Amino acid sequence: MKMATECRQAILELTVANHPGVMSHICGLFSRRAFNVDGILCLPIGNGYASRIWLRVQEGERLAQVESQLSKLHDVYAVRRHPPDHAAFRNLELIFQD
Amino acid sequence: MIKRTGAALTIELLERQGVTQIAGIPGGANLPLYDALSRSRIRHILARHEQGAGFIAQGMARATGRPAVCFATSGPGATNLLTAIADAKLDSIPLICITGQVPLPLIGSDAFQEVDAYGMSLPVTKHNFLVRSVTELFKVVPDAFRIASSGRPGPVLIDIPKDIQQAEIEFARWPRAGSTDTPRAAPAPAINAALRAIEAAARPVLYLGGGVVHAGGAALVRALAERADIPAVMTLMALGALPHDHPLSLGMLGMHGTVAANHALQDSDLVIAIGARFDDRATGKVAEFCPLAKIIHLDIDAAELHKVRHADFPLPGDVVATLTALLEHLTPQSHELWRDEIAALQRAYPAAWSETAITRPQSLIRTIALYLGPDAIVTTDVGQHQMWTAQVYPFSRPRQWLTSGGLGTMGFGLPAAIGAALVEPQRPVVCFSGDGSILMNIQELATAAELNLNIKLVVLNNGGLGLVRQQQDLFYGGQRFASDHGRSPDFCAIARGFGWSTLDLPEVGYDAESLEAALRCPGPRLIHVPVDSNARVYPIVPPGAANHEMLTGAEL
Repeated sequence: MKMATECRQAILELTVANHPGVMSHICGLFSRRAFNVDGILCLPIGNGYASRIWLRVQEGERLAQVESQLSKLHDVYAVRRHPPDHAAFRNLELIFQD
Repeated sequence: MIKRTGAALTIELLERQGVTQIAGIPGGANLPLYDALSRSRIRHILARHEQGAGFIAQGMARATGRPAVCFATSGPGATNLLTAIADAKLDSIPLICITGQVPLPLIGSDAFQEVDAYGMSLPVTKHNFLVRSVTELFKVVPDAFRIASSGRPGPVLIDIPKDIQQAEIEFARWPRAGSTDTPRAAPAPAINAALRAIEAAARPVLYLGGGVVHAGGAALVRALAERADIPAVMTLMALGALPHDHPLSLGMLGMHGTVAANHALQDSDLVIAIGARFDDRATGKVAEFCPLAKIIHLDIDAAELHKVRHADFPLPGDVVATLTALLEHLTPQSHELWRDEIAALQRAYPAAWSETAITRPQSLIRTIALYLGPDAIVTTDVGQHQMWTAQVYPFSRPRQWLTSGGLGTMGFGLPAAIGAALVEPQRPVVCFSGDGSILMNIQELATAAELNLNIKLVVLNNGGLGLVRQQQDLFYGGQRFASDHGRSPDFCAIARGFGWSTLDLPEVGYDAESLEAALRCPGPRLIHVPVDSNARVYPIVPPGAANHEMLTGAEL
């Protein structure tokens, strides 16, 4: 989860199934394919039928591959890419101090 | 209302999926499932180790193309299955693994025979389920079959806690069986762009992968090759997609491929990859793989496009649907000069196994193929015997050749042969193995003997781990270490102990007629053949080198 400031970042928005194994599927994909993730936020949405996961990742040449592999997971309903200035990870400094 | 236990429900859902045979081993956490299975018309194949059960199911799935099912209990049952599951993942084989689990209230308590089968199978399955209520079974079982067989096939694990197997449920109607999603063609503009590239190419090569076999696309690939006059190379997984004696077949590419295949790719200006994933054993050093070529890449798994090599013409789609659309507009081409160049390469590097003495492994494999005829199904383990078989066996159709490609699992061959023999009882099945590999699932000799299957198991015995020894000789300064079996067992005596007939080739003086008679006689038989411990697989691309740097053996 090391802050990477040297590389341009992108924000990924995932809509995923809401059950106990989903986080393992997402995190497992990142670790076994040696993809980088800087930050992760997750909460249920709607009436709990799904969850929304926000990922802050590096915008390298492998990002398209990351998105393709995420899209293949059966618990992932949708993957959207946002620019690095997206609001999802803003105003979190208060709870992320050294 | 219909009333069932979770276990009976699961078994009936499997029946409704058309499952007729299941390989597995019972234990504490899946006994309710076995009790229900005992009342089912599904035939159960009792393996002697769960890895054997996994590979028996794989043999069924690889021979038919349809999802096959295996059962294991919790804990060691589940962990023993993992290698067979990982193998199915890397070779895209539709496999349904149903494991028993400790009762839900005990999960997380380090209960007897409890392991996190869901967590452990996560990175080696296409998808997996931990069933948390009996009603979930209505969705999970059909979903598992749909997922395993749709798009790029793969293994699915369903972990069912024992209390859910025992719970009762009432319901009004059965769910629909899970079926394969309708395959889609790549978008028309992408197909048109690929067509123009094919028509403009002077030195095109087809690079066929296992996806051609999985999609049932062999006939269309052949039509494409013939109409556009394009020579074809095959990966280990694609052997049989084009018959070995087809004039446009260059054989296998890659580490132990043919010189002609690797050099044709080197000089090609257009490589058409179909259901292939640019695996490192096929490409060699990727930066130097077909350096002059534009790439057309057709694959059902969009994540394979651009993963290893940028595709100039990506075609995300089903092989059959896409090639059908492409062939509608493809005008006949001719590449006579290009074929002449390749033919010259083939003449310059002829096959090194032309002699007929059956004391040489390659010649023995050819001779066995001749005696068994084109109907035979061939499985292998992993090692030199596997590469020799890949190089010389005259494959003539898809699904004739079952081998562990991506994972390279020693111990695959015998149980896969059992699975193949169970679903194709009218065909002879031959398993080529080595003295290293056969020991890794030798307990399945008991399963095959019990079922009296028509399997011929050819053990090529070089007294050690041949491919390891070869790499130590060539790339580790001849420092052989841990690759010799100081003492070999008497394989014929062992096989007889399991109830198999045997033939020791040296004992009959390498008599071809005895070999033929042994192969033609139905039932399980082990054929033991000593192999020179210095015999090597050539050609070979040194690990990490480019494919054009292959050693043919002549320079040593």
